[in-house]
Amino acid sequence: MAEAVDTVDAAVAEGPSAVFAARPRAAEGVRAYGLIVAMWLRSTMAYRASFVMTTIGNFAATAFDFVAIMLMFSHVDVLGGYTLPEIALLYGAAGTAFGLADLLMGSMDRLGRRVRDGTLDTLLVRPVPVLAQVAADRFALRRLGRITQGLLVLGYALVTLDIEWTVLKVAMVPLMLLSGAAIFCAVFVAGAAFQFFAQDASEVQNSFTYGGNTLLQYPPTVFAKDLVRGVTFVVPLAFVNWLPALYVLGRDYPLGLPQWVAFLPPVVAGLCWVAAGLGWRAGLRAYRSTGS
Amino acid sequence: MRLYAVVAAGGFRRYATYRIATAAGVFTNTVFGFIMAYTYEALWDERPQLGGYDMSQALTYVWLGQALLMTCAMMGGGFEDELIERIRTGDVAVDLYRPIDLQLWWLAGDLGRAAFHLLGRGIVPMVLGSLAFELALPTSAGLWLAFLVSVSLGVVVSFAIRYLVALSAFWLMDGAGAAQIAFLAGLFFSGLLLPLNLFPGLLGEVARALPWSALLQVPADVFLGKHTGWGLVRAYGFQAGWALALLLAGRMLQSVATRRVVVQGG
Repeated sequence: MAEAVDTVDAAVAEGPSAVFAARPRAAEGVRAYGLIVAMWLRSTMAYRASFVMTTIGNFAATAFDFVAIMLMFSHVDVLGGYTLPEIALLYGAAGTAFGLADLLMGSMDRLGRRVRDGTLDTLLVRPVPVLAQVAADRFALRRLGRITQGLLVLGYALVTLDIEWTVLKVAMVPLMLLSGAAIFCAVFVAGAAFQFFAQDASEVQNSFTYGGNTLLQYPPTVFAKDLVRGVTFVVPLAFVNWLPALYVLGRDYPLGLPQWVAFLPPVVAGLCWVAAGLGWRAGLRAYRSTGS
Repeated sequence: MRLYAVVAAGGFRRYATYRIATAAGVFTNTVFGFIMAYTYEALWDERPQLGGYDMSQALTYVWLGQALLMTCAMMGGGFEDELIERIRTGDVAVDLYRPIDLQLWWLAGDLGRAAFHLLGRGIVPMVLGSLAFELALPTSAGLWLAFLVSVSLGVVVSFAIRYLVALSAFWLMDGAGAAQIAFLAGLFFSGLLLPLNLFPGLLGEVARALPWSALLQVPADVFLGKHTGWGLVRAYGFQAGWALALLLAGRMLQSVATRRVVVQGG
């Protein structure tokens, strides 16, 4: 009896987190994310026809980007020194990585609206990590359309390209997709953290996510050196597909970078996660409710 | 008439309230402008004079696209979501009681919105683009004026399309499907991704004849001085023709829909 009282006292002293945080916080977050996603999946599947239509729409909307590139190639043989299959490899890798991140974290850009209308407060009082709740909010399975489109273009590239495959090159393809998705996820989290400060600026986040994806669809030779430097060293999007894919293609890297940088994407992704996590904490701590 | 002017002013003020959102939008338009401008540079490096544009005209086209994206609501956005919601909830019945014309009311508000977006999200990206790239800006005041007329007609065509989309909610109850199709068509057939005169063969002919070409392709060509004299009159005629046809279609659909509302409400 006395023991039980002691435990409750200890819990009260440490605040509510001691009661709920029986598991490590990260594991708790992943579990909560899974539960919320499962809830949205059930609700999506209640309207199957609508799900199929919106998925096709999601597929078509992204496919038009590639149609535009194909129309460009109806006038030229190379763009920035790259052929259509080579650009398709860049496009497919960026599109698939971004699609994965968009599926997992794509709802993060709603954070600004939640801060504005005060519904974020509801998430704060729940004993579940806020990041998991925001990321899983309105989980949209229709975003599979974007991933499918990216994978199809990637498949087309891998079939048409004449690559001398080595073990390293083969391993590079899945490594590139997963690390790329992780880097884009970090950008989503960092963008959401920014919205704690600039509430209705979700478009700034979009220019780094959607804009970054569009940028990576084209070879680095197309862009000005300073822009390439920016997306290599400041917002390291170049590690999503440019550097690993150029290794697979056996092409020169931008900015005269050494060959081993092609293997850095997992490391860069880890660093991005740390930075985004710190940004997220700073944003959450600075949050003041609108009171509405 | 005064009433609609007030509604238009209200539409302008409403969007002018969101200053941070506007600044964020300008940032996005500028980022995409840069990315597209570099890809167009690579394309025109390979094929100078592609589609009848020289390099600086092609780059100007890119920045016009970003400047007019919100003004002509090429990817949707604006009043239609609100009207769809009012139709879905039945609030539209109240609107029909009012001594106003439903279509003109929404048109006035949308013109106000477009005017704000032209100033708020059009000018800054265009200026930044002209600082970074050599653009082909009109040198005569007449050409700027001709461009503004063409943009205005483009906005009306855009409104008329989106009005039809919104009215579809009377039958479909949920406007999401129609809005998505309109979004896709606007994205592709306005010439936002690639100028329509680069579309090959029959696809190009169809794309240039569809109403969406009035949103960007025609105003851009007016801006670049491709339509002069009778050519300009023809370009205006094309835009005005689509505007009238689509507005009339909207009017007919509205009266059919209104009768439906009365039947259901009785």
